[in-house]
Amino acid sequence: MSQNQNTNIDEGDAPSVKKPLKNRSRSGLLEFFGSMNLAITLLVAVAIAAVIGTVLQQGLPYKDYIVKFGPFWFDVFKELGLYNIYGSAWFLTIVAFLLTSTAVCIYRNAPIIYRDMTHFRVNVQEKSLRAFHLKAQWVANHSSEDTLKIALAYLKSRGYRIHQKAHEKHTVVAAMKGEANRLGYLFTHAAIVVICIGALIDSNIPLKIAEFRGEVQPETRNIDARQVPEVSRLSAAENSAFRGNISLPEKTYTDFVNLYVGEGYLIQELPFTIKLQDFRIEHYASGQPKSFESDLIISAPNRPPLMQTIAVNHPLSYDGYTIYQSGFGDGGSLLHLNVWPLDRSATSAPETVKVAVYDSEPLQLESVTLSLELGDFRRNNIQPVTAAQEDGDGPKFQDIGPSFTFKLRRPDGRAREFLNYMAPVLRNGRYYFLSGVRDSVAEEFHYLAVPVDEQGGMTRFMHLLELLHNPRQVSEAALRAANHFLHETQIDGELLPNSVARSIERLVTLFATGGFGAVTDHVLSTVPEPRQEEVGSAYVRLLRSALKNLYIDVLVREGLAPEVGLSNAEKQFFDDAVNAIDGISPFGAPAFLQLARYEEIQASNLQVTVAPGRDTVYVGCVLLVVGIFMLFYLSHRRLWVMVTQGESGQTRVVFAGSGNRNTADFEQEFEAMRADLKKHSSTQDGA
Amino acid sequence: MPTSTETVLDKFEKPPFYKSLGAYDWVWAVLIFLAGGQLFMRYAAQMETFDQGVLLGSLITLLIAGWAWKPIRTLSLIVSALSICAITLYKGDISNAEQVFALQYLISSQSAVMWMSALYVMATLAYLFALIASSQFTNRVASFMTWSATAMGLVGFMVRWYESYLLGADIGHIPVSNLYEVFILFAVIMGLLYLYYEDRFRTYTMGVFALAMISASVGFILWYTFGRGGTEIQPLVPALQSYWMKIHVPANFVGYGSFSLAAMLGAAYLLRASIARRNPHSVWLARLPELELLDDVMHKAIALGFAFFTVATVLGAFWAAEAWGNYWSWDPKETWALIVWLNYAAWMHMRLSKGWRGAPLAWWALIGLLVTLFAFLGVNMFLSGLHSYGEL
Repeated sequence: MSQNQNTNIDEGDAPSVKKPLKNRSRSGLLEFFGSMNLAITLLVAVAIAAVIGTVLQQGLPYKDYIVKFGPFWFDVFKELGLYNIYGSAWFLTIVAFLLTSTAVCIYRNAPIIYRDMTHFRVNVQEKSLRAFHLKAQWVANHSSEDTLKIALAYLKSRGYRIHQKAHEKHTVVAAMKGEANRLGYLFTHAAIVVICIGALIDSNIPLKIAEFRGEVQPETRNIDARQVPEVSRLSAAENSAFRGNISLPEKTYTDFVNLYVGEGYLIQELPFTIKLQDFRIEHYASGQPKSFESDLIISAPNRPPLMQTIAVNHPLSYDGYTIYQSGFGDGGSLLHLNVWPLDRSATSAPETVKVAVYDSEPLQLESVTLSLELGDFRRNNIQPVTAAQEDGDGPKFQDIGPSFTFKLRRPDGRAREFLNYMAPVLRNGRYYFLSGVRDSVAEEFHYLAVPVDEQGGMTRFMHLLELLHNPRQVSEAALRAANHFLHETQIDGELLPNSVARSIERLVTLFATGGFGAVTDHVLSTVPEPRQEEVGSAYVRLLRSALKNLYIDVLVREGLAPEVGLSNAEKQFFDDAVNAIDGISPFGAPAFLQLARYEEIQASNLQVTVAPGRDTVYVGCVLLVVGIFMLFYLSHRRLWVMVTQGESGQTRVVFAGSGNRNTADFEQEFEAMRADLKKHSSTQDGA
Repeated sequence: MPTSTETVLDKFEKPPFYKSLGAYDWVWAVLIFLAGGQLFMRYAAQMETFDQGVLLGSLITLLIAGWAWKPIRTLSLIVSALSICAITLYKGDISNAEQVFALQYLISSQSAVMWMSALYVMATLAYLFALIASSQFTNRVASFMTWSATAMGLVGFMVRWYESYLLGADIGHIPVSNLYEVFILFAVIMGLLYLYYEDRFRTYTMGVFALAMISASVGFILWYTFGRGGTEIQPLVPALQSYWMKIHVPANFVGYGSFSLAAMLGAAYLLRASIARRNPHSVWLARLPELELLDDVMHKAIALGFAFFTVATVLGAFWAAEAWGNYWSWDPKETWALIVWLNYAAWMHMRLSKGWRGAPLAWWALIGLLVTLFAFLGVNMFLSGLHSYGEL
């Protein structure tokens, strides 16, 4: 990165960047490192590496890359360090080369620049001045002394610094201005070096070496921090620069943070403890977080504890450590869940389990024991108000209440994911308890919608389900349905009520375990094709009639009087309940988990950093900005006035100039100066 | 003779700076002083120290800018007058935007932006017509329309800022937080940059090239408004709630605007060079800008853009250290900012150190536009990261 070609001064005086140094062999190496071509190549290389780093998402878990690239390319890319480009050896090598190249440029150019800034070039030859692009000459009417005086005063008044030298036959006044332009070159290039050094300090090379040599090994198991072995722990004194994370539940404290490296993490101990006293979050009406902040108490031995609130954009500095508010999450809220079995053990009196968020708990059901793995809990679900609900000036958003996700894992390891809402959710104008299910993250949730009873709960539905799995109740209901059927169709005698009832019973059992799908399968496999449709619809009618009898039993047990006829709401409930039971089979879970109540514990995600190189980087940044403005907006301008006392007594003036920036402006300035100088040195006032 | 030399020398005393200021300059200074005093008296209590610093810095910048480039004074006064007019008409109620005639059709932020859009497009056509017809009068009209468009854009910007506070005291913020808003900023900044060079070099010939780019961004604004309905004012996520935003984003857009202007001038350079190669006596050569001028302004624009882009990136690093816990995270936006920076750093080296001029640099400036565009838009479209504020 050599300094610009600048002024085309006479050869004897002008320093040329390209000029070889005295020591050839050393100069060969310097030539290589200082060459502009190398510098540009390196700039381009850094840029290309940077592009790759943005296109290939960095720092994902390895299994994501395997899925994306297949095992072969995964290995190749891993060897190339493409998953953590900016920390890879080759990238750091390029940066080191760039650094060396820049440093060499500074080393080689600093003396030249110093000379350029301090030498006024008073030994310039007239011949070379005439070769300038900006030049003029005239004959002055004053004596050469007076002409010189005028020239000196004039140039000074225009802000130029001046040196003057008398030669044998002529005198040269050399002037210049804006030398700091040359400093700009040094500042900008030094800034790059300084910034890289600061960044290097913060990238913590010693830790990388220790990791490489196996002295430090990341922990990959998800275990309690206290059980992490020594080899994965870093003491406060051991590590000079890091960036660690911790999720801290309310009212708890920590004396360490996690450093995520590659596939695992390290425990970084802190010389103090951080306690989360309180966490607060505010939302906009749209549900977006507006602000979140944590009240922290920092305690260290032999020091009074420090209480401080931190928020996004308002970190806390403590002893060279900086503590940031980086996010928030659940800190292990306790959920009380009603477990409603949906299988043969269906009951209208559910058991209750208590599980903490992110924890798992065995779930014993009649048919199977599942592992209940609790995912996330959200206290608020804010949604835009639908057009149907909107009433002009009302609020645009509504909170549909808490939700939580969980997985139910079978003994064989397979799991399905669920999303349940605590409060009933409005769908097609009616309220339902919703439980969504899906097999993989890529799918949408399919919902089981259980209708809400008059008490606002699930009891009536579960009661119906319980009766559906009770053989005695089912046969009673089936018999009633059979009698009703025979009475209605007037085919007494041909068919015995008991045999019809047994068929209905069978349909009800099929429906209870497999929904309408099972009934249809039964029809398809037992009835010859031409009669399938006819028989199928008869079956459904009989089935519904038996189900309705069961439903009436439920209502009677509730103390209602369905004999006088079902209300519309009760009819609607029945239809919804039948649909829900039909949906249980594809739902695929043997139980419905209803959130009864919760004790929310929020967690604040904190980031703790130590960056001893930061101030160095900042100094470099300031240097860079100042340097750039000096380099671009100051012009190193030189002017010469050569005054020669001619043999015939006249005073000859040669005026020339050069500027390295903004030549158009300088041309104008030069032209104005030329006119001024010529006018004043040729005036004959008073004579 | 010696006495006369002394008298001559006396004349050389450089007049002090204040003598170079005219009456309007003094009025300008007094107005800024009064306006600043009013602002501090009314709002100092509601502002943090840093916000007060930003306000003071803006006032001083405006004062100096007005002295250095005179048209800024009139532009600022017109923009202020119209903005205050709009604020008065709102009477603190956002629904007045659709009820008060002057707001609805003239100076509510959306209407002002529509005026800006129309005027920029008309100015582009006018510059084109002036180029074809060699009409100096049309050029002046085009220039006037560009000034008006810029003024309307600034009014839209100011009024939108005010409107955001009408939606809720906690929602209010400077309108540079999503794509719709920054495209307005982009158009206005590029307009101002062009007008500066037009005024400075006393030539209208570059107009059609610069305005073509502004019209393209106007096209985007219109698509975003009508195709996407993306004009709504959104509240800020916590990470954006910082005084840094007021400096970081505009500085970045001076960079983007300058680089875009340089690219358009590069295109003009290549066009002219190719016409001259085919037909050295083409009549178009007299109408298109001179190669030396294009080369010079292209260089000036890139230098200005590079300087501001550096400032913006450095400020971004300071901000990132406060908001995300690290001055550099290799976030895609940051990384692409670095790529843009490296690209123009290489460009400047080639020009200043290797002495490149003309066509290669013009090509490079054009390609640089693609890199800049990707950093500006592509990152938001194709990559995710911490800077996911304006999604397409």
